[in-house]
Amino acid sequence: MSKSVVELQQIASQVRRDIVRMVHAVNSGHPGGSLGCTDFLVALYFNQMNHNPSQWDMNGKGQDLFFLSNGHISPVWYSVLARSGYFPVAELATFRKLNTRLQGHPTTHEHLEGIRIASGSLGQGLSAAIGAASAKKLNGDNSLVYVLQGDGELQEGQVWEAAMYAAHNKVDNVIAAVDFNGQQIDGSTEQVLSLGNLQAKWEAFGWKVFNTNGNDMTALNTTIAEAKAAAGKGQPIVILLTTSMGKGVDFMEGTHKWHGVAPNDEELSRALAQLEETLGDY
Amino acid sequence: MLEFELSPSNDTRSGFGAGLLEAGKKNNEVVALCADLTGSLKMDAFQKAFPERFFQMGIAEANMMGVAAGLTIGGKIPFTGTFANFSTGRVYDQIRQSIAYSHKNVKICASHAGLTLGEDGATHQILEDIGMMSMLPGMTVINPCDYNQTKAATMAIAEMEGPVYLRFGRPKVTNFTAPDHQFEIGKAWHIHAGSHVSIIATGHLVWPAVEAARQLEAEGITVDLINIHTIKPLDEAAIVASAKKTGKVITCEEHNIIGGLGSRVAQTLAQHHPCPIHFIGVNDSFGESGTPDQLMTKYGLDAKSIYQAAKNMM
Repeated sequence: MSKSVVELQQIASQVRRDIVRMVHAVNSGHPGGSLGCTDFLVALYFNQMNHNPSQWDMNGKGQDLFFLSNGHISPVWYSVLARSGYFPVAELATFRKLNTRLQGHPTTHEHLEGIRIASGSLGQGLSAAIGAASAKKLNGDNSLVYVLQGDGELQEGQVWEAAMYAAHNKVDNVIAAVDFNGQQIDGSTEQVLSLGNLQAKWEAFGWKVFNTNGNDMTALNTTIAEAKAAAGKGQPIVILLTTSMGKGVDFMEGTHKWHGVAPNDEELSRALAQLEETLGDY
Repeated sequence: MLEFELSPSNDTRSGFGAGLLEAGKKNNEVVALCADLTGSLKMDAFQKAFPERFFQMGIAEANMMGVAAGLTIGGKIPFTGTFANFSTGRVYDQIRQSIAYSHKNVKICASHAGLTLGEDGATHQILEDIGMMSMLPGMTVINPCDYNQTKAATMAIAEMEGPVYLRFGRPKVTNFTAPDHQFEIGKAWHIHAGSHVSIIATGHLVWPAVEAARQLEAEGITVDLINIHTIKPLDEAAIVASAKKTGKVITCEEHNIIGGLGSRVAQTLAQHHPCPIHFIGVNDSFGESGTPDQLMTKYGLDAKSIYQAAKNMM
C-alpha cells in the first residue's frame, strides 16, 4: 500500500468537498451516490489500482482499468481522476457547464483523460469491462479491470447477460463492485423493485462474492486486496459494497432524497463545515 | 453497358463470411462475436480458423454490443454478428452510448435484413434498421448488393477506424459485381450512364434495377444507374450530378421508404437540385410470411415495379 488509511481518509474528505461544491455550482448533478462511493474510488485510485495517470492512453496496456457503469455519479469520478493527476484539478470548476469536458455523464467524446467509454444509460458498464478484460487476455496483459455499478442498476437485464457470460467464459480478470446503498430515485430498492438476496444471485451466476463496508477505508483496503488475490482463478469477482448514500454529510446520509438534488447555499455551508479541506479546494 | 460477367449466385451473408475470414487472416486484431447464429451468419470459417478470436455470446445481444465496445479498448477490431433486427432495434441504446457516442471501432454486421428473410415473417423482417443506424452521429452505414460486393465491403470496413453498420441478407442473389471489386466506402458505383431517368438502388434492389434498366433501354429510355452501397456517408455529388442530367429520380431499397436511401436522396436533392422522385420501398408497413420472391412482388420491390415507375415518369 502506498498510502496509509489516514492519508486516504484525508483525500476522501477533499473529494467529498469537491463533490458538493461541483454540484452546488451548477445546481445539478448527483451528490448522494457520489458521496457514498467516495471511499471505494479513493481506495482504488490511490492505493489498489496499478495505473499511471501521466501515461494515460485509451488502450491502457499494462495498466489496471476502471469503468464507471453508474455514470450519474460522475462528480466523485471526476474529482478522483483530477486529484490523482489525470487532468488539472482546476477543471473541476467546469463540471456540467457549456463546452466542458466534464459532461453531466462521463464521455470519451470530449477526450477527458481517464475515461474509456460513455456511461449514463445504465446496465452497460459490466459488458464493456468484460470486453476490455477479454482483450487483455488476448494481449497477454495480466492487469485487472474494475467496474462499479449501482444496486438499482442491477434491475437492468443486460447486467445479468454479462454476469452469465463472464462466468461461462471464466473472465477472471474482472473485479466488479456494487454500490449497495439500498436506494434509488423513487425510494428504497426494497420498495421499488427488490434485489432479493444479492450475494446468492451473484453466486448462482457463478461469481466469487466479497462483502465489505464500502465506507470503511480499512475494510475496503483489506477486501479489495483479497479480491485481487482471488483474480486469475477461473471465476469473475464481485464486491458488494455496503454504503450509505450521501456519506459524510449528515443531512444527506441514508436517503434517496439527495440522489439527484444539489444543495443550496446554506446547505453547502453546512456540508463543507463537516468536510475538512485537506488538499486545497479547486 | 448493362452486361456483366456473372459469378455463381450466392447469398450476401456468405460474402460477409468470406470477407471476415480474409480480414481475420490479414489482421490479428480482428475478432468476431456472434449471438448464437454462427451458421446463419456464415461465421463458421472464421471460428474454425481463429477459435481464440471468436466469441460465442449466446442469445444476449445487449451484452454482445457492450463486450465488443470493450474489446476495442484493447485494440481489437470486433465484428458482431446476428440478424439485422437484433443488431439494431434490440440494442439501439447499447450501440448509441457504448459504440457510437463512445466512437468505438466496432463493425455491426447484420444478416437477414428486410423482406427477403421470408417465411419467418414480420418479427424478424426489419425494415427500419438503415434509418436507425443512419441517425447515429459518426456511424457508417453500408448495404451491399451481392456476394462479391459484400465480401469486398467486409474487408474494407476492417481497414477503416470507426463504427460501421453492415447490412446484408439471406437469399441467394445474382452475383454480378466483379470478384476483384474495388470497394470504396462512401463512393457510389456508377453502373451505367443514361439521360432520361436516374435509378438509384441499394442492396438486393440493385439487380432488379439492372433488369428494369435493360428493359427501359430496349424501349429507348436511357437510364443513369447508380449503386449506393454506402448510405452514410452518402455520395451526394454522384446523386446530384445524375439528377442534373436526368431531372427524374427513382430510389430502390428493401427498407421502409421513411428513413432509408430514398429519404436521404430526397433530402440531398431538395437542397441541391429539386426534381421529381419516386420511391421504391416498403411504404410504412411491416412485412409478413412468404417466400422472398412472393414478398418482393407483393410489396412492389421488383424489376417490374421499377420499370413501371420509370415509364410513369416519362
